[in-house]
Amino acid sequence: MTTGRKPIYLDYSATTPVDPRVAAKMIPFLTEDFGNPASRSHAYGWVAEEAVENARNEVAKLVGADPREIVWTSGATESNNLAIKGAAHFYAPTKGKHIITVATEHKAVIDPVRELEREGFEATFLEPDANGLVSLEKFKAAIRPDTVLASVMFVNNEIGVIQDIEGIGNICRENNIIFHVDAAQATGKVKIDLEKLPVDLMSFSAHKTYGPKGIGALFVRRKPRVRIEAQMHGGGHERGMRSGTLPTHQIVGMGEAFRIAREEMDTENERIRMLRDRLLKGLSEIEETYVNGDLVHRVPHNLNMSFNYVEGESLMMAVKDIAVSSGSACTSASLEPSYVLRALGRSDELAHSSIRFSIGRFTTEADVDYTIKLMKEKIAKLRELSPLWEMFKDGVDLSKVEWAAH
Amino acid sequence: MAYSDKVLDHYEHPRNVGSLDKNDPTVGTGMVGAPACGDVMKLQIKVNDKGVIEDAKFKTYGCGSAIASSSLVTEWLKGRTIDEAYAIKNSDIAEELALPPVKIHCSVLAEDAIKAAVADLKAKQGNK
Repeated sequence: MTTGRKPIYLDYSATTPVDPRVAAKMIPFLTEDFGNPASRSHAYGWVAEEAVENARNEVAKLVGADPREIVWTSGATESNNLAIKGAAHFYAPTKGKHIITVATEHKAVIDPVRELEREGFEATFLEPDANGLVSLEKFKAAIRPDTVLASVMFVNNEIGVIQDIEGIGNICRENNIIFHVDAAQATGKVKIDLEKLPVDLMSFSAHKTYGPKGIGALFVRRKPRVRIEAQMHGGGHERGMRSGTLPTHQIVGMGEAFRIAREEMDTENERIRMLRDRLLKGLSEIEETYVNGDLVHRVPHNLNMSFNYVEGESLMMAVKDIAVSSGSACTSASLEPSYVLRALGRSDELAHSSIRFSIGRFTTEADVDYTIKLMKEKIAKLRELSPLWEMFKDGVDLSKVEWAAH
Repeated sequence: MAYSDKVLDHYEHPRNVGSLDKNDPTVGTGMVGAPACGDVMKLQIKVNDKGVIEDAKFKTYGCGSAIASSSLVTEWLKGRTIDEAYAIKNSDIAEELALPPVKIHCSVLAEDAIKAAVADLKAKQGNK
């Protein structure tokens, strides 16, 4: 697509731009300080190793971990795979083969669990409540004597809700279950203190927090010590948990991004909350809109709304001046509504007509105001076209209409 | 997704959006599709005493191709007789709008909408 002006970026939950301060810090490690951190015999290696360890400190600091608990990976998907498969394989012989996770997890958690099912594990995919949150009672009820592992995300990527990680973690501790948390969407958005949080394994990504793509980390608790089986074998890097030459520049970028997050998140989150409230207020002036997911237990960065009586794909066409995500995968032949919104009990129609607005470091008030204006105009136009809107306005109960499915 | 210029034109500037009085004996109304499938088309035709379509209006809940397909047929229907309208094929619509294979169902729905509108009109006039 070639349009003169780039659309306004409101898709920070998909990825963030690399902060210019992060990019500046990375560049020397591509050209000058290019050494292999594993080279012990010369200064090129030592410089790179020092940079990697500094970055490890920064990542650990943001989340209240010990630097020795941080394992570099290629991103949150790899961290999730390593944590889930690695812990399940290690502990299955002594504990059992049952895993608990949630239906609204990211595919990078769901698919590794599905893979383990093919290997003979059994999994429970908990349905969250209508607000997107997993109730502790439901979680407790799913536990079996052979439950070896639980995986629950910190912040949901589609609806931004924050799960009760401490509550779930305490239950896991009481039941001797390894607890993994996908925190890809949480860093820089919610306070994470692993010194206190009862979590055994936690996945991180750089590119959701203004770092580069292609780098992430896995927290592996030392006290009490948690063991995982390596998924990548080779030179024995990262204490044997993840082999592969360390990408120094990427790691430096992640360290710098997490340092900035630690220092700036309090003020940044206040600003983003104001922008989100402004967006929410503006969009709520449109009739028949629904916020998806709990508004209280939620990061301010995310606003996911459904616009009733407009179809998802035409909605996406209408809003091409803003870069947002839709709850409907409309590139496929058959429309597939978001499985996350379906798990909240949203109808297909409402799931299809949902938009995820995600706000970030470089979003301005003008961006938000433009978005509100655009949405109001386009929703009005599409509803003018919509026979469903007409019927709704005429007082027809659409759920009672007999539609001819096709 | 790459839409043809014709689809984009109909999507941006839909022709003949609106509603006719569905209780008018000279108006035939066809409503096809289902919200859960992501497409609902309402097509209405108004016929004069010579059996020629004088006016056509539509409203569509659906993707850009569905909106374009229904907008296009309202243009085509005006001035045609009922029998000519009935002869419009989905392939004509798909070809005119250069619909990709995954969007052929939109043209099928538009053809169904014409047939439903004609059937409604005939039922009304048969009852006279």
